[in-house]
Amino acid sequence: MSKEQKYWKFHGGVHPEFHKKESTTRPIATLKLPKRLIIPIQQHIGAIPELLVKKGDYVFKGQMIAQMHKDQLGSTLHAPSSGTIASIEKHSIPHPSTLEDLCIELILDGQDDWGDCQLEAIKDFEQCDNTKLLERIENAGLVGLGGAAFPSFVKVNSSVKQGIETLVINAAECEPYITCDDLLMRERADEIIDGIRILIKLLNPKQCLIGIEDNKPEAIAAIQQASKSFDKIQVCAIPTLYPSGGEKQLIKILTGKEVAVGGIALDLGILCHNVATCCAMYKAIVKGEPLISRIVTITGDGVKQPKNIEALIGTPVSDLVAQAGGYTSKAQRLIMGGPMMGITLSNDNTPMVKASNCFLVASTASLQQAHSIHASQAQMPCIRCGKCMQACPAKLLPQQLYWHTQAKDFERVAEHKLNSCIECGCCDFVCPSHIPLVSYFRFAKSEIRAQEKLLEKSNLSRKRHEFLEFRKAREKQERDEKRRKHKEALQKKKAAMAAKKAANGGTSANDPKADAIKAALARVKAKKIAREAQVKSGH
Amino acid sequence: MTNIIEISTAVFVIVGLAAFFGLVLGYASVRFKVKGDPITDKIDALLPQTQCGQCSFAGCRPYAEAIAKGEIGINQCPPGGEATILALADLLDIEPEPLNEELAKDANIPTVAVIIEEDCIGCTLCIQACPVDAIVGSAKHMHTVIESECTGCELCLPPCPVDCIIMQPIKETPATWKYPEPSDAVRALEGIKVVVETKERAKS
Repeated sequence: MSKEQKYWKFHGGVHPEFHKKESTTRPIATLKLPKRLIIPIQQHIGAIPELLVKKGDYVFKGQMIAQMHKDQLGSTLHAPSSGTIASIEKHSIPHPSTLEDLCIELILDGQDDWGDCQLEAIKDFEQCDNTKLLERIENAGLVGLGGAAFPSFVKVNSSVKQGIETLVINAAECEPYITCDDLLMRERADEIIDGIRILIKLLNPKQCLIGIEDNKPEAIAAIQQASKSFDKIQVCAIPTLYPSGGEKQLIKILTGKEVAVGGIALDLGILCHNVATCCAMYKAIVKGEPLISRIVTITGDGVKQPKNIEALIGTPVSDLVAQAGGYTSKAQRLIMGGPMMGITLSNDNTPMVKASNCFLVASTASLQQAHSIHASQAQMPCIRCGKCMQACPAKLLPQQLYWHTQAKDFERVAEHKLNSCIECGCCDFVCPSHIPLVSYFRFAKSEIRAQEKLLEKSNLSRKRHEFLEFRKAREKQERDEKRRKHKEALQKKKAAMAAKKAANGGTSANDPKADAIKAALARVKAKKIAREAQVKSGH
Repeated sequence: MTNIIEISTAVFVIVGLAAFFGLVLGYASVRFKVKGDPITDKIDALLPQTQCGQCSFAGCRPYAEAIAKGEIGINQCPPGGEATILALADLLDIEPEPLNEELAKDANIPTVAVIIEEDCIGCTLCIQACPVDAIVGSAKHMHTVIESECTGCELCLPPCPVDCIIMQPIKETPATWKYPEPSDAVRALEGIKVVVETKERAKS
């Protein structure tokens, strides 16, 4: 099985300082139950799930607390431990906007009681029906744990429908400081391989390639040991180069194939999953545990004991930091993710979510060393050196994108395929003028998205307005039609009466009604004359 | 004799050709007739479709028609703002002009109408005024605005006899949040805020 594998090279890439050693010296710690959890309702790409609980409810560990509608992109949510829901309110979430979003605040009772909410354990998954396995993946709230949090069910299901040739397991973990996948592979290689076997059973690919950067020899050895007896699984020790953990980059390295602009890996018959997602899949199926915890790296020179912690989703960052020995005097910045792509958080009351792989507490000095965008240095003019272009793993022209973004010419920016930008930060890493290029690209992306939304809304408004006009015209027509018919009917009646009169020879001799009217008129006339006469005689 | 034949042949050929092309062109003009005015459609597609009438026309389409006829400038649309003016100038290949000052409001924040439901008397006047059917309700029953459909045109404000409709700025959520344009000021500010908060915690 250890046959020589050929590797390809993707365009560009950089070699930042990796800082992995800090957090790999200690084994994975399990966090003691925190007092409360803050669970953001939307932790994945897609729609907002529907809440199944309300304030004051008691929930068991593993109980579903938010559910997705069928046919909607999204994922379910489960209570990470047992306790009472104290509130469902807006709370700070790990998001670059620092805006608040709806979160469930869960006060734990410390019992960690599953109740009857643990799912049925499917020990013998090789004999299990595929639909049952897929259903479990959907109901266990699995999302990609590499950082993007794309609902796993959607990915696996479309691959099952279409069929794939190669299953790529992403264990590159290329971003500096982050080591959660490394430690997971060292300590739980068997669980990972079982998770991969579930995927192989579902998809039946020709081969399965596990891509691990060669700066993790212990992890490579552990996975090789665990996968020894499975022919299809091949461990690939790839050269260390940032960002080889990008999905498209890893596919290029392992297979030599390139995903087209705007395309997805599935177009090439490839499915790519993160190694931690495979482990979560194993837990969901073999142990019957939905995705309620994950391994997260707490590292940087701002914490006393950098380490990896298995923690419940929704644990506030402050609790994680306390577990890692607390802050040192160097703690100045808090970042979710790594120094290249991570987002800066404004306070440590923020909860960890399914997508949190690392919290980096660091001094500004060490961050500046890791990546120049963390320096408060003023940006200087672009000198058109072209270094960014050489470093870009998506083969884009960052300097052109930067020019057009500055001019707010977003049409041109889109023409230069801004959508292919993976925001890896290689371009601003190499930029000698300290231009925060990725920030410009994020700005341009969100402007383009906002414009698209506005266009969508104006199209909807146009449709509704046109329908309103149509409806008004229709109503008017109907009214006119009704009036016309009424008029016609009246005219007909009149005509009929006239005809009748004419038929009666113009006399009213035989008409009792007419006679009665005549008689009444005569009576009134007589009365009037009599009254007048009376009045006269009275005078 | 030959002269007459030659002349008449030429005449016949010319007349024949004229008749043939006349038929072809006549057929084409019927068969490939363009309904409506395509330039009006293109202009209409760029307008924000609030149907607010601030341009003095009764909706976006009439304004588009007027622009297509050259009756009015492209700077009469406050909801569209600069972006629409630039897009229209680009489409029509004319010089962009600044927004008509008389129409420009002090703030260009997108808003939606909200009905204060306790005060609503159910008169249906606002429903009739709404250009996009974004208000629901019936006579003598409370009305409400469908937020996602409201264009913020403010046409429902004047008819309301009890002034129970207010305009509210659209709240920003993480999903609609826009990444700010990078500037040194933003970066510096971001740094300071975080430094202060974590430092304090480290001390305590």
